[in-house]
Amino acid sequence: MELHRLTAHQLSDLIAQKKTSPKEIAQDLLKRIKKTEKKVKAFCFLDEKDVLRQCAELEKRTSHGALFGIPVVIKDNICVQGQDTTCSSRILKGFKPPYDATCVRRLKQEGAIIFAKGNMDEFAFGSSCETSCYGPTHNPWDLKRIPGGSSGGSAASVAADETILALGSDTGGSIRQPASLCGVVGFKPTYGRVSRYGLIAFASSLDQIGPLAKDVQDAAILLNVISGHDGQDSTCADVKVPDYTKALVNNVNGLRIGYPKEYFAKGLNTEVKDSVETALGLLRKLGAQVKEISLPHTGYAVADYYIIATAEASSNLARFDGVQYGHRASDFDNLLDMYAKTRGEGFGEEAKRRIILGTYALSSGYYDAYYLRALKARRLIKEDFDRAFKDCDCIVTPTSPTAAFKIGERIDNPLAMYLSDIYTISVNLAGLPAISVPCGFNEKGLPIGLQFIARAFEEEVLLRGAYTFEQNTDYHLKKPEL
Amino acid sequence: MDIEYVAKLARIELNKQEKKRLSTQLGDILAYIEKLKELNISSVEPMSHVLPLKNVFRRDEVRPSLPQEKVLANAPHAAGNNFSVPRIIE
Repeated sequence: MELHRLTAHQLSDLIAQKKTSPKEIAQDLLKRIKKTEKKVKAFCFLDEKDVLRQCAELEKRTSHGALFGIPVVIKDNICVQGQDTTCSSRILKGFKPPYDATCVRRLKQEGAIIFAKGNMDEFAFGSSCETSCYGPTHNPWDLKRIPGGSSGGSAASVAADETILALGSDTGGSIRQPASLCGVVGFKPTYGRVSRYGLIAFASSLDQIGPLAKDVQDAAILLNVISGHDGQDSTCADVKVPDYTKALVNNVNGLRIGYPKEYFAKGLNTEVKDSVETALGLLRKLGAQVKEISLPHTGYAVADYYIIATAEASSNLARFDGVQYGHRASDFDNLLDMYAKTRGEGFGEEAKRRIILGTYALSSGYYDAYYLRALKARRLIKEDFDRAFKDCDCIVTPTSPTAAFKIGERIDNPLAMYLSDIYTISVNLAGLPAISVPCGFNEKGLPIGLQFIARAFEEEVLLRGAYTFEQNTDYHLKKPEL
Repeated sequence: MDIEYVAKLARIELNKQEKKRLSTQLGDILAYIEKLKELNISSVEPMSHVLPLKNVFRRDEVRPSLPQEKVLANAPHAAGNNFSVPRIIE
């Protein structure tokens, strides 16, 4: 049986009926990977022996968990005890965390198999997975194209049936955009829904860990496991976690959906626009009340984000100085020189660009003009959503303005790359939950994604909308040929 | 932007080529960011965080921490029970 093609909920049923075992699932995936991974290059670390060791451990367990025997790929910026965790950066090569991230600890408790580390843009700085020190991941739908980023390895491995589930992190779209470009489901929870303990920080006020999955039901199952309060992260909210699988109802009757006119303006590819408009038509036919809304500050989100995110990153990445972990330059004159050479050698180009931009925005004499102004603009962007949610329950938009672009196409033009996230960034600035689900294919056969956005801590509304859409379409069932 | 000065603040050594490339690219990005100046924000309160969080306290209790050898295992240079760095006082 081709177990790798199945979803987590299908495999859980088979395990419950004793028709398969964790070991059989893992072996089938490892066989699949032998065939496909040299083309896709989704992983930066995979330890087959450790995977089989985990399976053997699981077989001894008396009580099963919610993810018993289900392989999960972990993005390379999430700490797994004793396993390489490098943020796909030279500066962290060889780092083996002495502890598990909270989400990884919860996965292990629920019987998941920690399967591999997903390739990513270095320190999650990118929208294409090309800035990884291990080289790019390839889009399973067209190997000449990027999978999106920064959680490109996580998304591509789910799309290529190289894993069943994956975790990514989303600071400005890094779960949703690759999910959209790879034709899978990507879920960015509300800021504070999932503990960030053990997630190597990029921008602490924006980062959030979330699921990548083959369908909405699987995303809800994984969200159940990773959500909830954690004393190790003081920004992790003490808000009750509902059973998200209960929100999977095939019914949008009366759901008030707004589509922001600013997201359907210049810069949106026509094929993407057509697919999203068709999707809105279907939701209307299924009983949703669909109407146009306005988020007037949308046009300022990318500029705002690139000040706030880089400012926070420049501060967070100060810890990589060659003292406690990772790379240290071998030839230097004194301590300051050691820092500068270590960081000059260890960071890639995009990391340097962002650290320098963020340092500048926070530097004496420029703080008010850049950082303080950006914090004020951030409030305006959030207030746009507050106003919109007075009249609607969720907002529907394209996830990305285009389908997957070619490897190399935007790498020399940082600004064009930054604009890839134009529809996802505002959500992080406002701290809201959002999901991307497949909603079509363009003429070249590349996937297109549909984004649902809801109020803070209303993940259930997203699941209802996305699940209903999925149950009435079959885009999520199509697989790339590899 | 004075790229050499900012790189020094960021403790990153850049070669000549990098300085040139980054100067041009950062110039373009800063020009794009200028659009925030169109906004009338004089009366807007800055928002550094979306959650309405006040101070989050925990009990001040002694808890087990990681053993030293585990923490030092990742250090590029360690000496005894310490991280080793170049001499900073002559």
